[in-house]
Amino acid sequence: MAKTYSQPTPGKKANNMNPKLETIQFLLSYSKALSVIPYKSMKFEALLN
Amino acid sequence: MKKVLTDDATLVRNYIQGDENSLAVLIARHKQRIYSFIYSKVYDRDVAEDVFQDTFIKVINTLKRGRYNEEGKFLPWVMRIAHNLVIDHFRRNNRMPKFDNDGEFSIFSVLSDSSLNAEKQMCKDQVESDVRRLIEELPADQKEVLHMRVYQEMSFKEISERTGVSINTALGRMRYALINLRKVIEKHNIVLTN
Repeated sequence: MAKTYSQPTPGKKANNMNPKLETIQFLLSYSKALSVIPYKSMKFEALLN
Repeated sequence: MKKVLTDDATLVRNYIQGDENSLAVLIARHKQRIYSFIYSKVYDRDVAEDVFQDTFIKVINTLKRGRYNEEGKFLPWVMRIAHNLVIDHFRRNNRMPKFDNDGEFSIFSVLSDSSLNAEKQMCKDQVESDVRRLIEELPADQKEVLHMRVYQEMSFKEISERTGVSINTALGRMRYALINLRKVIEKHNIVLTN
């Protein structure tokens, strides 16, 4: 018997999705706060709030 | 007026040079594709948000540390990071099956974990590794005393016997080692806190 698919597969639904605005805001703030301080051959990360 | 789109390579270069706005453009341009890709693998919005966030944290760290090799392939590079993080997620979940706490009884109300959580443990490891690298920059005599005192927990009497100097000299070297470390840390605004 032929298989019938009445529901779209979840993979197709996933084509149009976006992350939450808070996630984007967090990433942009994280980027602004992060500074990398070079010292001799080393690099230190500092998160400034 | 026709809007001219800046290509990814230029945006990445601008971002590395300090233009934070370029990152916002890059995220806005690719977020849907990257997020959809992650969601198509994990089928969970919360997990997808976490993986998306971790992906861009890696991207930001790599770009800011100057470790990115521009070959005009920003999106494939980000997709690869996302792909690896999705694999990490499944590996972690296989090792630690999720506990679904649906009932009224919460197992976590009777179990307590006094050890550091993952984030604090990572911060602690990072601080310790930063301190170790700074210690390597000290003059040899100061470094030796500091190592024996802090990492081998030797007394100053034992240190003086081992190094063949007086206790006062060993104390002096320890003092200068700490002063020098503080100087470097203050000069470069290095943050060493948990």
